Amino acid sequence: MPNSGKTYLGVPVSRPRAAFFDFSSCEGCQLQILNNEATLLDFLSLVQVVNFREAMTEESDEYDIAFVEGSITRPDEVERLKAIRSRAKVLVALGSCACFGGVNQLKNRFRDLLWVNKTVYGDAAVETDFVRRLADVVAVDLMIYGCPVRKEEVEKVVTNVVIGKEISYPKYPVCMECKAGENICLFDLGEACLGPVTRAGCGAWCPGNRAGCWGCRGPADDANIEQMKRLMRERGIPEETILDRLECFGGFREVSETFRLEMTKGKP
Amino acid sequence: MKVNCSVNVPRLSRVEGHGAIRIKIKDGRVEHASWEVVETPRFFEAILSGKRWENAPVIAGRICGICSISHTLASIRAVENAFSMTPTEQTRNLRLLLKHMETLQSHVLHLYFLAAPDFLGAGSVFPLIESAPEVVARAARLKLLANDLCDCVGGRRLHPTRTVVGGFTMLPDRKELSLFSKRLVAATADLMQTAELFTTFGIPDFARETEFVSLKGDGAYPFLGGSLISSDGVEKQEHEYAGMTNEFTVSRSTSKWARLSRESYAVGALARLNNNFGCLHPSAGEIASLFRLRPVCHNPYMNNIAQLVECVHVANESARIIDTLLDTRWDEPKQEVTPRAGRGVAAVEAPRGILYHCYEFDETGHIVKADCVIPTGQNHANIQLDLEYLAARYASEGMTDRDISLLAQMLVRSYDPCISCSVH
Ligand code: SF4
Ligand code: SF4
Ligand code: SF4
Repeated sequence: MPNSGKTYLGVPVSRPRAAFFDFSSCEGCQLQILNNEATLLDFLSLVQVVNFREAMTEESDEYDIAFVEGSITRPDEVERLKAIRSRAKVLVALGSCACFGGVNQLKNRFRDLLWVNKTVYGDAAVETDFVRRLADVVAVDLMIYGCPVRKEEVEKVVTNVVIGKEISYPKYPVCMECKAGENICLFDLGEACLGPVTRAGCGAWCPGNRAGCWGCRGPADDANIEQMKRLMRERGIPEETILDRLECFGGFREVSETFRLEMTKGKP
Repeated sequence: MKVNCSVNVPRLSRVEGHGAIRIKIKDGRVEHASWEVVETPRFFEAILSGKRWENAPVIAGRICGICSISHTLASIRAVENAFSMTPTEQTRNLRLLLKHMETLQSHVLHLYFLAAPDFLGAGSVFPLIESAPEVVARAARLKLLANDLCDCVGGRRLHPTRTVVGGFTMLPDRKELSLFSKRLVAATADLMQTAELFTTFGIPDFARETEFVSLKGDGAYPFLGGSLISSDGVEKQEHEYAGMTNEFTVSRSTSKWARLSRESYAVGALARLNNNFGCLHPSAGEIASLFRLRPVCHNPYMNNIAQLVECVHVANESARIIDTLLDTRWDEPKQEVTPRAGRGVAAVEAPRGILYHCYEFDETGHIVKADCVIPTGQNHANIQLDLEYLAARYASEGMTDRDISLLAQMLVRSYDPCISCSVH
């Protein structure tokens, strides 16, 4: 809701205190923020960064906006996340790991964590749980999708929080942005692409580079998965490829879990 | 002589990932000095198993955000080696250019944002925006150049979109590429000023003899594939990597550790430089002599300087690669891929040191077994031993706990550890 007063979602509109936290992730989404050479300084004039372990030593427990990257895979992470939630006025899930579990959730398809553990650590098993997204553990106020997030989008979200403008996401699929960009359609090259069902906002990042979309931003509103599968099948794309893409980042979890069960009869 | 000392840094800042330093000295004896890695594993080797070859670079690239280009290229090379594919010269040049810009980006990030604040007495780069704006602007300029060139060649600065098994999905825009030559020349001037800045920093005078492992330069300073070498005289082929790393699990860490001829070894810019000094670009060699950096240097803090030297090397080499590319007619961006059963190993020099990916495929091109050995994982044991030695030495010199703590943190930061990546 747009706000005419001095706060928005309880956040003071003048230079709110921003904190960055990471859980199980590659830290690439945080890096995208430091990767903002051209506009990093503007961004820093907008918020007061009080916590950013990847970049600074000082820490503070007082912050308005918490940007949280990564997914949750261990009990101590649950506790840490809950503590962050209790302090933050606004909690933003930063990137696909935080929003959906990201590539990390591919581990869940095995259903047997002991096997997963043994594969990597042999007999020296370590503590681990099934991968969860932030929203499975705490209330999440805003999501910034993508693997990685697009820095422009992070800036837009922050600006909107600061000036009290409503945050809106594109509801339409990547195909719309792709067609506007006049790219060659991957389907015409005989390749797979999840553009028809994936939420736009990335500017058709992959198809713009002649690579098919892997659905890192999760489903668009009213995504018609069955129709997309049909389209891909008609072009001779193997079922397995469709599944690989749907399950890669966790955004299509419900669909991909069922699809996997159908395809593999339960085998990983 | 100081007899008691206690250092406790539960969450080391300005490094990638989560690690802790704890030191306890009682009655002049090091009771405890440890480098603990508590990062949560993501189980990439398990995640990869059962997946078809084309998933490998997309998934494995996500092991690390800072060195995603290295992981992606290592993953691609492992697949190509397993399928007995040889990339074209054009592809090799483009990959090396991309690799160089990741090195520049990562080293500049480390030198300015992560390491420099220690030497300038700041907790982060942020206060320097006001106190030393020209320094921050220079860092931003260098990073921007590296990132822009990564966008131009790889499609995206992190988690590149165009890099695939067989080559690239599309080639860079020739005109756009040609514009980078000028910017690279400007970057060499910025790097000279960076060197001047670093000459004002007091690099701690500390050394502990160890073994250095890297790729072996075959005429050229090595980055993508080739044979393996150690400063203790071990040499192996790329596919024999497991004999080089000898990974083992330790209870205090979720990352595996590695060793070769001694209790520990080091990888990274200093290891590469120690093992391949003669292959450096002459301008890079000049920077090395400015800091009296010669092989074999055993001061881990000098890894910062080795990174600086490499920045100069890759900036000069990139200009040459661009000239070569612009002088030739371009072929198709990628080759056909024919999967087959077999094992493929790739050794790639990531910014933080040698990185290995190894995949075993069945005849349909599905991964049966995957193994990734991460640079920082190989450095953990060496960091641990350095810390023990540092604690004992500085405590006996009567240094305060605060100073020991700072030097210990700077020591670990010098390795530029990529902790979440080491656990993966
Ligand atoms: S969403 Fe992707 S880029 Fe961001 S932290 Fe997760 S793996 Fe890294
Ligand atoms: S390339 Fe993908 S996103 Fe673009 S139009 Fe075709 S299907 Fe849609
Ligand atoms: S094109 Fe698809 S996979 Fe690529 S960034 Fe956009 S949503 Fe993600």
